[in-house]
Amino acid sequence: MKIAVCVKQVPDTWAEKRLRPADSLLDRESAEGVLNELDEYAVEEALKIQEAHGGEVTIVSMGPERAVETIRKALSMGADAGIHIVDDALSGSDALATSAVLAGVLKDRGFDLIIFGSESTDARMSVVPAMVSERLGLPQLTFAQKVDVNGGTITIERQTDYGFDSVEASSPVVVSVVEKINEPRYPSFKGIMAAKKKPLETLSVADAGVAAGSVGTGAAWSVVADFAARPPKAAGTIVNDEGAGGVKIAEFLATNKII
Amino acid sequence: MTMQVQDVFTLFSIDHLLSEEERAIQGVVRNFVDDQIRPYVADWFEEGTLPARELALELGKLGMLGMHLEGYGCAGMSGVAYGLAALEIEAGDSGLRSLMSVQGSLAMYAIHAFGSEEQRLEWLPRMATGEAIGCFGLTEPDFGSNPSGMRTTARRDGDDWVIDGSKIWITNGNVADVSIVWAQTEDGIRGFVAPTSTPGFQANLIHKKMSLRASITSELVFTSMRLPGDAMLPGVRGMKGPLSCLNEARFGIAFGALGAARDCLESATAYAINREQFDRPIAGFQLTQKKLVDMALELGKGMLLALHLGRLKDEHRVTPEQISLGKLNNARESLAIARECRSILGGNGISLEYPIIRHMNNLESVFTYEGTNEMHTLIIGQVLTGISAFR
Repeated sequence: MKIAVCVKQVPDTWAEKRLRPADSLLDRESAEGVLNELDEYAVEEALKIQEAHGGEVTIVSMGPERAVETIRKALSMGADAGIHIVDDALSGSDALATSAVLAGVLKDRGFDLIIFGSESTDARMSVVPAMVSERLGLPQLTFAQKVDVNGGTITIERQTDYGFDSVEASSPVVVSVVEKINEPRYPSFKGIMAAKKKPLETLSVADAGVAAGSVGTGAAWSVVADFAARPPKAAGTIVNDEGAGGVKIAEFLATNKII
Repeated sequence: MTMQVQDVFTLFSIDHLLSEEERAIQGVVRNFVDDQIRPYVADWFEEGTLPARELALELGKLGMLGMHLEGYGCAGMSGVAYGLAALEIEAGDSGLRSLMSVQGSLAMYAIHAFGSEEQRLEWLPRMATGEAIGCFGLTEPDFGSNPSGMRTTARRDGDDWVIDGSKIWITNGNVADVSIVWAQTEDGIRGFVAPTSTPGFQANLIHKKMSLRASITSELVFTSMRLPGDAMLPGVRGMKGPLSCLNEARFGIAFGALGAARDCLESATAYAINREQFDRPIAGFQLTQKKLVDMALELGKGMLLALHLGRLKDEHRVTPEQISLGKLNNARESLAIARECRSILGGNGISLEYPIIRHMNNLESVFTYEGTNEMHTLIIGQVLTGISAFR
């Protein structure tokens, strides 16, 4: 089974993130770049499927130079090969452009299974997996909390508000996973050492078969018009409960039209 | 306002001195400690227990056990990588690092360096995965700094060896599958590979410890313990054997102790910024700032020294005296940092709700074991003057 896992480098989830005043894009220098947390679950699921069914796991990531560290993290967990799409033209790309580039790279490579994390911790749109499956004309098995592979039939449990839906399709398919699905492994030391010797392909926008003019800030369908730092938290009100605490809380909620 | 850099290693740009792999290894161990150790370790310490078996398997999965050894299922990493892993594990707890040091640098190293091919094949792969745990019997009740006077003996009986004696302060003793035992023979001091299931081997848990409580510490007693002739480590004779093992472990401590110190300093800095007295954070008082700055300097300098020793080790150029420099300085300064951090937390400093008193008590052991502060001082004194003050 040929499996691709699409991953994204994002600023450290716990770091203070900043936008650059000049172009309203993320200031990547302001925070350490890490493998998007949900993508770790995607990598783990791919490795588990590989362990059970054999095959090869390829990591695909679009991002600036240093995103290669993120690919290497996934390789150190056990994936076999990496594809890095890096191009100055890609800076500021929106989800539509990202999905076009990923689809361009993924098509014609014979992947049976293309796995994503269900969202990134920075943009949090959750749309790229669906967009890629649409562009590739493949079934989308998104928001999976469980994936079963039975020959060419892929069945997932799609997490919903009320439980889950069972969804099935024939490969090739696009899957996105939620964090309930597994517990990602730590890269082992041997894995870290092996990662630097694994094949890594570096592609440009042109290699993906996408016109440079259709990606990047200029082609984005949405732009950041303005931004401002979050105002500091206002001091709260402390109410001492001298027997009438409940009434005071009710009054506070009523004043603020919450009840 | 100038940028605030709370992390001392960032202030010193330590990352600049590390390769991408070294940073990756450090990151993995740090995440492991955050997820698997930090939430539980205060309870282990309070209860005086450690789930050593489970943890050994987890450490084995990462590749931490015997990580700087080549072959036999070991990860074959550099000395610097080993040091960074020790540092991050000890930021969790010195007891965990002790487990790792004893397994990798004492027991596995002894078999790797001095064992027969059969001994290596029998033990190293299982020890690397954590399925088998090792301990190292050198120190005796009456022979600490002067181990060459040990009373444990091994005598020939036909082809067999028969060992009698006892060892004290043996980390992992009660959970070990195999013990490296050093004993006097007619031929000088020799090492033996003794499965702990051997009749005549007995391990007694040491209670009433106020330090390294999240670590298994034992007394070993050998009563006519009979081992086959091939149980002896063939590759070394005399004190050179145990001392070269200790050299490996001391190197790990030069890094490891700094992890405990860093954890204390991080905790105390955050506390000082948030704790208000006289309507201002205590971090705003000059006395507190001086404490924090002095500690940051010692921590950063200690890290530079440790990394320097690590690079020398990886070029096979580090001397035992240089490792003494690292063990002496970094254990001593880490203990001083832990105590100073304790003072910043005031009354809260004595609570296991914060990591500081735990690290501080642990570092009392680290200060003493693997060569006391005094012995390392006299080793360096001897190098400087050419005069031995202890022999």
